[in-house]
Amino acid sequence: MEKQSKKEKKSVVKIFVEELSRSSFVFILLAIFSGLVIGGVLAAATTEDVYEAFRSSFGEGILESLNLIWETYSSLFTGSFGKPAKMVTALFSGDRDLIREAYKPFLESLVTSTPYIFTGVAIALGFQAGVFNIGAEGQLFMGSIMSAWAGFTFKGLPPIIHVPLALGIGFLAGALWGFIPGWLKAKTGAHEVINTIMMNYIAFNLTEFLIGGPMQDPVDSFKTPLIEESAKLPRLFADPLRFNVGFFIAIGVAVLTWYLLYKTTWGFEVRSVGLNPDASRYAGINATMITIASLALSGAFSGLGGASIMLGVTFRQTQSLSTGYGFDAIAVALLAKNHPIGVILSAMLFGFMRHGSRLMQLKTGIPIDIISILQGLIIFFLAAPAIIRTFYRLKEPKKEFEE
Amino acid sequence: MANQRNQLIKKKVKPQEPGATRRIVMGAVILLFGVFIWFAFSRNIGADTETIFVLTPGGGAETVPDVQFNTLRGLNIFAGICAALGAYQIAVGFKKYTNVILAVAGGILTISFLAWGAGGGSINVGGMLRVMILRSVPITLGALAGVLSERAGVVNLAIEGMMISGALVAAIVGSIAGLWVGMLAAIVAGGLTAILHAILSIKYRIDQTISGTIINITSIGLTSYLVTKILQNRDLHYLNDSGFFQPIHLPVLSKIPFIGPILFSHNIYIYFMYILIILLSVILFYTRWGLRLRSVGEHPKAADTLGVNVFRMRYVAVILSGMMAGFAGSFFVLGSIGYFEQQMTAGRGFISLAAMIFGKWTPIGSFGASLLFGFAEALATNLSILKFPIPAELLLTLPYVITMVVLAGVVGRSRGPAAAGIPYEKESLH
Repeated sequence: MEKQSKKEKKSVVKIFVEELSRSSFVFILLAIFSGLVIGGVLAAATTEDVYEAFRSSFGEGILESLNLIWETYSSLFTGSFGKPAKMVTALFSGDRDLIREAYKPFLESLVTSTPYIFTGVAIALGFQAGVFNIGAEGQLFMGSIMSAWAGFTFKGLPPIIHVPLALGIGFLAGALWGFIPGWLKAKTGAHEVINTIMMNYIAFNLTEFLIGGPMQDPVDSFKTPLIEESAKLPRLFADPLRFNVGFFIAIGVAVLTWYLLYKTTWGFEVRSVGLNPDASRYAGINATMITIASLALSGAFSGLGGASIMLGVTFRQTQSLSTGYGFDAIAVALLAKNHPIGVILSAMLFGFMRHGSRLMQLKTGIPIDIISILQGLIIFFLAAPAIIRTFYRLKEPKKEFEE
Repeated sequence: MANQRNQLIKKKVKPQEPGATRRIVMGAVILLFGVFIWFAFSRNIGADTETIFVLTPGGGAETVPDVQFNTLRGLNIFAGICAALGAYQIAVGFKKYTNVILAVAGGILTISFLAWGAGGGSINVGGMLRVMILRSVPITLGALAGVLSERAGVVNLAIEGMMISGALVAAIVGSIAGLWVGMLAAIVAGGLTAILHAILSIKYRIDQTISGTIINITSIGLTSYLVTKILQNRDLHYLNDSGFFQPIHLPVLSKIPFIGPILFSHNIYIYFMYILIILLSVILFYTRWGLRLRSVGEHPKAADTLGVNVFRMRYVAVILSGMMAGFAGSFFVLGSIGYFEQQMTAGRGFISLAAMIFGKWTPIGSFGASLLFGFAEALATNLSILKFPIPAELLLTLPYVITMVVLAGVVGRSRGPAAAGIPYEKESLH
C-alpha cells in the first residue's frame, strides 16, 4: 500500500494491460493459441498439397498452407458449432426441420462434451485430493458395461425407477474401480498412477470377456443386448438429435462437486490432504480415509460418465476399444486448474473440438488424432508457464504478500 | 527369595519377534496354494488322465524327450509340496529365503495349472519358455530405462511415450535406410523426447508425473496421427514396411538341449538385452560414475556439496533413459512384426515400471520380474489357442493383476531412491 503512493499515477490503459498480462485467464488463452498455431503448422507440414504448392513457388506454398490451416480450423468450427448465419435464419423461419439441422452440430457437441464433464470433474477431484487418477477410462468402461447390464436385465420397470437404477449401478461400478487403487495407495503406499493404469487394462479385457461371453446378445455376437426403452435417458428433441438429460446431470455433478469441495468441511479436508498430507494428519484429518474416498468418488463420477454414454447414446456395449475420454479428461482438468465449474467450460472446449474434428477429417483429410496432439501441446504450455512467459514476454504474476 | 526371582524371570513375556505377522501371512499364502491345487485341479481330473509336457522348444533344435505323467498323481504331489512348505513357513519361517520359497510355490502352482489344463493332451512348455524370453525383452529394456532415470532421482513415466515414438521412428527410418539405421534413429528419437522430459522436470521443476504424462499423451497422439496419414496415402505405404531382424542361432550355445533354443536362438535384441543387463549392473554398482548417479538420486544435496553437478547428472541419466526406451520401442517393430501399428506398446511402458519396482530398482531384479510378466503373456496367448477352460481375455489380465499384487508389497515393501520425484533446488548461500 505504501508503494502505491510512491509511484506516479499510471494511465488506465497501461494498468489494464499490465493486469491482463498477469492474469491466468490470459495464460490459458495463450496456451490454447500456441497449441493451435503449432497444430496448424504440423497439419500443413504433413499435407501433400502444401508441398506441391511449394514446388511451384514460395508464395504459393505459403498461400496453400494458410488455406489449409484456414480450412482445417473453419471446418473444425462449423463441425463443432455450426454455421452462425444458418442458425439465425433457421430460428426466424420457424421450420422445425431446418432448426434441427442448423443446431445439430451445437447440440451434438454438447452430447460429446457430457462424458468430458463427468470425467473432468472426476480427475479434478482426484487432483485436489492429491491423487492422480489416470484410471478414468477404465472406470468409465466399468460404469458403461454395468449400466448396460442393468439396462437389459431388468424388464418391466417404469423409467422413473429404471433410469436411476441403471445410473446408480454405473456409479457403483466406477466407485469400486476407483476404490481398489485408492485403498492400495492408502494402505500400502503403492503408486496410484501405475495401479489405475493397470485397472484400465483389466477393465478393457473384462469388458471384452463379458461381451463375448456372459453378456453376449443371443442374436448379435460380440455385443450386449439392447437396453430396455425404460432405461434410456430421456432425449429433449426428436431424432436425429441425441441431446439428452445426461448433459444436465453432468452439470449437476460439477456443481455438486464445487459445493462439496468449497462449501463443506469434508471438501476442506480433501483439499488440505491434497496440499499437505502430513500437516493434515497432524491437524487430525484422517488422510487415509480421504484418499480412499476421493479415489472412489472420482471413479464413481467416471463410471457415471460411462453410464451416461451407454444410457443416452449407444444403448449397447459393442467393443472395448478405448474411447479416449479418460485420458483427455486429464487435459480437461488441468486446463480448468482443477476447479469443477471451470471443468464445465474446458470440457465443452474439448467436446466441441472432438465433435468438430470429424467434419474436419472429412473435409481436409487431417486425422482426428491431431486433437490429441493439440491437447498435449495445450497442457504442455499450461504446465510450463515459464515457457509461455518467455515466449510472449509476460511478467510474473504479482504476489499477494510481499515477504 | 531366589525362587521368587526365578519365577519372575520365567514369567517374563517372550518378546514378540518382529515380522511374525508377515511370516504367518506368507506361510498361509503358500499353504493356500497347495489347498487350491488340490481343490480346483485335483478334484476335477480323472484318475486316468495323462499330461504330456513337450519340452522341445522348436526352432530347429535337437529334440528333447517329452515328460509324461499321470495328472492326478502329479497334482497331488504338487499340492502336498506346497502344503508342506506353507506349514513350515508358518511354524518356523524361511527368514530371508521366504521370497524365494514364495516364488517356488508360485512356480509349482503354475505348473499344476498347466498340467491340469493340458490333462489328456499335451502342451509345449519349451515353446512357451522361448516365447517368455521374447516377450520379456521390451519390458526388461523399459525397466532398465526406468532404473537409469529413477536411480538419479527423476521419475520417468514417459517410458510408454518414448517407446512408441521409438517404434514409429524405427519403422519409418528402417523402411528407408535399413534395419540398423532404423534402430539407431529410434535411440536418437528416444533421447530427444527425453530431453523434453528433462527440461520440463529439471529446469522448470514441473511435477515429474505430469511432465511424463504430457509426453505420453503427445507421443501417442503424434504417432497415431502420423501413421494414419501414412496409411491414408497408398504411395506412402513403403514408409511402414521396415521388415525385422532375423534370428541368429549362436554357434555352440544354441545347441544345448532345452536351454539352448530358449535362450540363445533369438534375434539380436535378446543378445543386446543380456549385454545391457550386465553392463548396467556393473556400471551402476561398480563404477564411480554409477556411484555418483545413485548419490544424486538418494541425497542430491550431499552429492552437490561434494562437487557432483546434480543437474548435469540428472540430464544425462534422463537422456540415457530415453535412449534405452527408444531402443526398447524399436524392438516392437524391428524385432517383431516389421511394421508399426497404432498403440502397439499396449501399456508395456507402465508394466516396465512395475517390473523395475518389483526388481528393487536393479537391472537383474528387473529382468527377473520381466520374465514373470513375459511368462504371463506367453501363457495367455498360448492357452487361448489350446482351448483352456478359462477364457483368453481373463488370462490376458494376468500381467496387470500381478503388477498390482506386486506393487501392493506382497513381495515386501520396495523402497526406491530417496530423492526420486523431488525436483532439486540449489539453495542460495545467503
